[in-house]
Amino acid sequence: MSVLLQQLANGVIQGALIALIALGYTMVYGIIQLINFAHGEVFMVASYGGLATFTLLPDDLKKSPAVALPLMFVGGIVVAVLVAVIMERFAYRPLRNAPRLAPLITALGVSVFLQEAVRVWYPDATSNLPYPKVFPEGGLSLGSVNIAWTGVLLVGLSVGLSVILQTYINKSRMGRAMRATAQDPDTAKLMGVNPDRVIVLTFIFGAVLAGVAGVMFGGYLNNINIDMGFQNGIFAFTAAVLGGVGSIRGAVIGAFIIGLIKTLAGQYMPGGTQYDYVWIFVVLILVLVFRPQGLFGEPERVRA
Amino acid sequence: MSTPVLEARDVSMVFGGLKALKGVTLTLDEGKIVGLIGPNGAGKTTFFNCLTGLYTPTTGQVLLKGNVLPGDPAQVTDAGVARTFQNIRLFPSMTVLENVMVGRHVRMKQGPLASLFHGPAYHRGEKAARDRSRELLAFVGLNNLDDELSRNLPYGDQRRLEIARALATDPAVLLLDEPTAGMNPQETEATQQLIFRIRETGVSVVVIEHDIKFIFGLCDSVSVLVQGELLVEGSPEVVRADPRVVEAYLGKPPEEVEHEIEAAKGEQA
Repeated sequence: MSVLLQQLANGVIQGALIALIALGYTMVYGIIQLINFAHGEVFMVASYGGLATFTLLPDDLKKSPAVALPLMFVGGIVVAVLVAVIMERFAYRPLRNAPRLAPLITALGVSVFLQEAVRVWYPDATSNLPYPKVFPEGGLSLGSVNIAWTGVLLVGLSVGLSVILQTYINKSRMGRAMRATAQDPDTAKLMGVNPDRVIVLTFIFGAVLAGVAGVMFGGYLNNINIDMGFQNGIFAFTAAVLGGVGSIRGAVIGAFIIGLIKTLAGQYMPGGTQYDYVWIFVVLILVLVFRPQGLFGEPERVRA
Repeated sequence: MSTPVLEARDVSMVFGGLKALKGVTLTLDEGKIVGLIGPNGAGKTTFFNCLTGLYTPTTGQVLLKGNVLPGDPAQVTDAGVARTFQNIRLFPSMTVLENVMVGRHVRMKQGPLASLFHGPAYHRGEKAARDRSRELLAFVGLNNLDDELSRNLPYGDQRRLEIARALATDPAVLLLDEPTAGMNPQETEATQQLIFRIRETGVSVVVIEHDIKFIFGLCDSVSVLVQGELLVEGSPEVVRADPRVVEAYLGKPPEEVEHEIEAAKGEQA
């Protein structure tokens, strides 16, 4: 029983991390129907950005977590946003009116580029790098279940930011412009909505969330490597598809489902954690077969 | 003479080898309603697309209050031209009120950050936009439907919602593309009254329509477009009486056709 509860808690924390990344996939898809495969790398780059920020701090600040941690978040987010904006401007915007396959392949290229760029240019990036210990240590004990404070923080940030994002999209001028552009870009233009601005804003929002996720990932697991973007990107992508690509709520719920499947399958299914990927993709395949639009997606309609 | 609010000068539009518009000129004076009629494929909608920046005319230019129209649809809307569509193009998964509020977009100042932090300026801006949108919904006769998804509205209501959304951009010129298509006589009559009321608010209107009776009863002046060319332009009385218009719509009267056949035979002989 206590093992189950512990794994449920771990699953929720994993889900919170995946949700922060999955939102970036789902928002960009919602607006320009592009699966941005490079989004996982934005998350990875943010993690290194946070680490670099810490490395560059003067020694006395390194010893003060209350200053160092927020600065690492700022550093990670700034790097993520810069990468995302440059990527949108130079890799995707020129292909805005190209067949869908072109930007998709470009996204794969950008993904490989970012991974290799970090490998080549970041000092010692070929091996796992330890993440600075500026995060709150210890955790919460509920009976036999232990939850690290970093896990609690991760869930809080993930849920909080999702709610803010959802409110923003539903109840603000730019949020309405985003939804209008997603539903009918040409008509949105005729209402005075600038599509370039809406698309850049979408990439920026995704990058901010990925930035938070990147730094929190380091804090929760204590070390980072250049494969983290690919692995978690795949989970997040799966979560977005499971929830219905384009749906904010779907991505968050899908992410928690994926997180739970991962930890529970790792515990209880034959093969253990070595096979947890397998079960996640079994779920993905079942969803694609029986409910291709995902849990909260709208069935694709052909526009008149 | 005052500057016309909208003026198309010698507008031509070529798609590949197809000349969709051949030197069309149209003048809309302030507070007037101009009708644009013509058989299917005459280039009416293409002309509207040139007036809203969706297409850049191959040659010729469009002037709004004497200034050349910008080449970008969003800027054209900002400058004061709004339109509706022949096949309704609402945002289907947004509510009635939200659709109109999107139309309000260009007139709102709220930036991305202001709306993130929900300050007093944000609340004022949202409230103003909401109030104005409700006012416009009442103006077109859509009350108490604010939270309904636009795709669930009956057809006639969707057309009126499109007009409310266009009016939300505070246009100087409103372009209506077949506003009564698919409507019954009562709805058509109501639309006519609505367009008169829109003119009273100081908006000048261009209407594309196939319903000749509707056009002649509504417009101050009518332009007839046939195969991309302006055939006739004038008051409804003048246009109605012009034999070329009758010919474009109904074909030539039988005796005249016989005449031509005879003439052709004569030439061959």
